[in-house]
Amino acid sequence: MKSLAELQAIKDKMKGSIGLREEDKNCKRIVVGMATCGIAAGARPVLNAFAKEVADRDLTHQVMVSQTGCIGICQYEPVVEVFVPGEPKVTYVKMTAEKAARVVEEHIIGGNIVHEYTIGANAK
Amino acid sequence: MQELSLNILDIAQNSIKAGASLVQIEIEEDRAKDFMRIAVIDDGCGMDEETQRRVTDPFYTTRTTRKVGLGVPFFKMQSEMAGGQFSIRSRVGQGTFIQGTFVRSHIDRMPLGDMAGTYCSLVMVNESTDFLYTHTVDGRSFAADTREFKQVLEGVSLATPQVLEFIREYIQEHLTELYGGVIE
Repeated sequence: MKSLAELQAIKDKMKGSIGLREEDKNCKRIVVGMATCGIAAGARPVLNAFAKEVADRDLTHQVMVSQTGCIGICQYEPVVEVFVPGEPKVTYVKMTAEKAARVVEEHIIGGNIVHEYTIGANAK
Repeated sequence: MQELSLNILDIAQNSIKAGASLVQIEIEEDRAKDFMRIAVIDDGCGMDEETQRRVTDPFYTTRTTRKVGLGVPFFKMQSEMAGGQFSIRSRVGQGTFIQGTFVRSHIDRMPLGDMAGTYCSLVMVNESTDFLYTHTVDGRSFAADTREFKQVLEGVSLATPQVLEFIREYIQEHLTELYGGVIE
């Protein structure tokens, strides 16, 4: 069974390799809506998927994953906003863990907005 | 909401919003007594009596983007439709206690679901808040406490992927053990 001794070992391994995160203004930000509407629509796996994708691709020093409340478009939840410095905000809607992986791959890394997931492509 | 752990995540968001420095999540199950209890306790800003009366009203909310607030009403409903009782106690400047009880085997009692997922979602984006999660099954308990984790980590972030993975497995393994080998 997992014990705190194991956590100690993880710390010892991490301590040497902590990279400093870019200054906040240079950081890309992924913000997941975590109000009641978001949570009920499936925001928890989306948040966890973004965190995992960012970690797996070794982007933690330049990408920040965070949460926010309800932004008022509950019918489109889970909603995720992506802020890339110097570019307009992109709002992704009806997100899933699978879509999160693609957003990290194509938008965060590749610099290409995944248009089909944006609110513009989904608004009726 | 399909899982009680999602209600817990939702109620805990209110605690974070209330500026809590410690959020306690207590889950107690007693299979012989067919009883379950979920409580979220915080030391945030609290509410006056008038507000306490109104939070169970779906047409009351603090947010400005919409006119309804369903978090507390949903949790209350989950408890009451499973033969339990909802209670709330709060004091301005001291904090809030929200609790729901359940008839554990009630057909309408939602499954608890992924508590490890709920806990990890909370800790990774709220590093300045501490979370103590205590789970008791038939009198035996285990706890996950960010204060304890932080002490071991000495500045390494809780949001570090390896750390989150540890916390997720730590919770899952202890829960499995509490239930006697299977997650129900």
